[in-house]
Amino acid sequence: MKKLLTAFVGSVALAATPMAMSAEATKELKMAYDADPVTLDIHEQLSGGMLQLSHMTFDPLLRWTRDLGFEARLAESWERVDDKTMRFKLREGVKFHSGNELTAKDVKFTFDRLKQSPDYKAIFKPFTGINIIDDYTFELVTGEPYPLLLNTATYIFPLDSEFYSGETADGKDKSAIIKHGNSYASEHLSGTGPYVVTARQQGVRVEFERFDDYWDTESPGNVGKIVLTPIKENATRVSALLSGGVDFVAPVPPNDLDRIKRDRNAELVTMSGTRIILFHMNQERVEAFRNPKVRQAIAYAINQEGIAAKIMKGFATPAAQMSPEGYQGYNANLTPRFDVAKAQELMKDAGYEDGFTITMMAPNNRYVNDDKIAQAVAAMLARINIKVDLKTLPKAQYWPEYDNRAADMMMIGWHADTEDSANFFEFLTFCPDADTGAGQYNAGNYCNPEIDALVDKANVETDLDKRAAILQEVEQRLYDDAAFVPLHWQDLAWAAQKNVRIEPVLNVMNFPYLGDLVVE
Amino acid sequence: MLAFLVQRISQAVLVMFVISVIAFAIQDGLGDPLQEMVGMSVSQEEREAIREELGLNDPMVVQYLRFAGNAIQGDLGNSYFYSKPTLEVIAEHLPATLELVIGASLIIVFLSVPIGVYSAIRPEAWLSKFFMGVSTVGISIPVFLTAIVLIQLFSIGVTVDWFPADTGWGRWLNDVFTTEGGLPSYGRGDELTHLFGTWESGFFTTEGILHLLLPSISLASIMLPLFIRLIRAEMMEVLQSDYIRYARAKGLSSGRIHFLHALKNTMLPVITVGGVQIGIMVAYTILTETVFQWPGVGLMFLEAITRSDIPLIVAYLMVVGLIFVITNTLVDLVYGLVNPTVKLTGKKA
Repeated sequence: MKKLLTAFVGSVALAATPMAMSAEATKELKMAYDADPVTLDIHEQLSGGMLQLSHMTFDPLLRWTRDLGFEARLAESWERVDDKTMRFKLREGVKFHSGNELTAKDVKFTFDRLKQSPDYKAIFKPFTGINIIDDYTFELVTGEPYPLLLNTATYIFPLDSEFYSGETADGKDKSAIIKHGNSYASEHLSGTGPYVVTARQQGVRVEFERFDDYWDTESPGNVGKIVLTPIKENATRVSALLSGGVDFVAPVPPNDLDRIKRDRNAELVTMSGTRIILFHMNQERVEAFRNPKVRQAIAYAINQEGIAAKIMKGFATPAAQMSPEGYQGYNANLTPRFDVAKAQELMKDAGYEDGFTITMMAPNNRYVNDDKIAQAVAAMLARINIKVDLKTLPKAQYWPEYDNRAADMMMIGWHADTEDSANFFEFLTFCPDADTGAGQYNAGNYCNPEIDALVDKANVETDLDKRAAILQEVEQRLYDDAAFVPLHWQDLAWAAQKNVRIEPVLNVMNFPYLGDLVVE
Repeated sequence: MLAFLVQRISQAVLVMFVISVIAFAIQDGLGDPLQEMVGMSVSQEEREAIREELGLNDPMVVQYLRFAGNAIQGDLGNSYFYSKPTLEVIAEHLPATLELVIGASLIIVFLSVPIGVYSAIRPEAWLSKFFMGVSTVGISIPVFLTAIVLIQLFSIGVTVDWFPADTGWGRWLNDVFTTEGGLPSYGRGDELTHLFGTWESGFFTTEGILHLLLPSISLASIMLPLFIRLIRAEMMEVLQSDYIRYARAKGLSSGRIHFLHALKNTMLPVITVGGVQIGIMVAYTILTETVFQWPGVGLMFLEAITRSDIPLIVAYLMVVGLIFVITNTLVDLVYGLVNPTVKLTGKKA
């Protein structure tokens, strides 16, 4: 039977040859990002750039589709065994760049390493272990029922356990994760992904070549070589595209959107993003902020749509909550509530008709137009007699100030690593608790144990409809309470030469699946 | 000569010491290096552990002494971002910057000397007036603007349709102002020639030189007007002097008078200024390198600041300090060659 099967597979392969020929990877892609990967060790840092590298050189068990569904990659299928266990079936015959074959032991190795990584261990905290059933079957086990098990599994990019085990010539552990200083894994890489790193000069360029034995033979991708150049300066990156020096650039600054749209050879793709930009109102520092009426007055005084249209030039989606559309917590009833008269009335009711003075801080090189947004918010607050003393800082200096809660209102942008609403609440509105790490970025010191309890309940609810209802309720209550000032979700933009078909490989997580990229 | 060198070396040591102290003193204002090393959702505990491991929790004096102890042995620490010794990182980026400075210097030398001399000899000629006018404009445009305009004109290209295209002269004028573009606008290109060590050169391939072109012109645009004006002014002064008049009376050819006798004395102040300007040029490369994504030390330094990569910032400042000391020493030596009456250590002539 097996022989027969092999013969069959062989004939299919033969029949498929002409198709495979057409998808032969011969094209070269030059791309420019604002930064290059910090390291080759994908567990050293959790960041957009590192995830991009992970998708190019590794493959996850499963990955997000454009509409935030799941797509099987190295895991062929999965099923729930009980409410704490999920069983995965691995794809067979998948090869690492080193030539080793992928089995369940590689997944276990990866899982154990993720639990050691400072950046990932928090995300993998709900998981208690991994059981290997056979070479191609394993189970992920959580301590409590965990509705986000699959979301988290998108972060498992199996590592080549043989390649990363043992000692280097000078006696260092090959699997070590070292944040600073050299480690074996930060300079050597063996994954199952579509591209192999062939050359790398940090901060200058990274070269990739298509992996000959890539398992996904159905991928339409036809790019054989990728050269990634980091170009930090926005104007230079756009110029490089317009002059034909590169084929694909991201991110595209809002100021240059029109310029690219007008260009004959370039194509622009934009998408509403999932990163929320908001201001916290610090109740510990300002007594007035403890009064819900004052917070609501501020919520009514801010014109989100104006900011999105005028400052962001339409390159943002005005927000009245944290969850973007598509997330479980997204509550369609919540819309921006700009109404200055109402805001003034609320201030009067609260006994602050004459207003007060506060301090405000925002970064000036972290988010798109962050300093201009802060200036606009300060001007809007002036209309309800709140005088703002604004200070904007470069991000390197801003975050230490943020950790010290150095101003009465502080800006933050947040993207949920789990692509799930609960993550926003846990970091941004939970009662701050230094021991558990809850509310780590809650610079408003807003604390409502009832809401926290609701989120905790949602976090063990595996019925997704029920869970969505709870999370939407949370958004509603935070809105009514005006716990923070949401501004907008920053849009995403990419641009490429017309012959590069980027649109199908893009997604809201902002890691294009370049393995499937087609260049005409 | 020996005394001169000893004096210079002790000066260099002092300069480096002062720079390192200043760099260390301001590092608290440069931000938290942890921010770039870990993701947003990493807990405070984890951050604290890494901070402890890096020795960032020690008092400043302890940190400085540890740094100084290593520095004496030639170890300026590891860059946080590159995870490599800082001197190695600088050595990798320095050739790109030096080639850019060489490129710009060549443009300056080959343009400023003839133009400066010409406009000194014929101050009334329309061409001299044109050069002087252009150089005033040039000196007042910031380097990044020059760079962006150059990129727009010669990399992206502009299509001009200001003039009526149905007339012959209109079409001709449109063609005159329309540029093709096509010159590379970023980086050093793929074809670099390995010379030695970390030096990859772009001077030996057409592609390398094309990549050098726009950045060098931008960088030169800052200094070129200055040198043209300086050479012109000095030359005009020298031409008034007695020995030139005597040479003329003697019947020497004007070429010999201008380019041998006058130029030599003209160059004295030019060399002094030039030496200082080369140091300043290193500072200007930061702007030029940023606009052209030129992988040199300027860009590296700017990024180190945004990442709070303190060891790299300190090492860069020290290396630049060293470059200043070395160029000034060389200027003094060259000065001695051009004008034998100058004594290096200030003894009586």
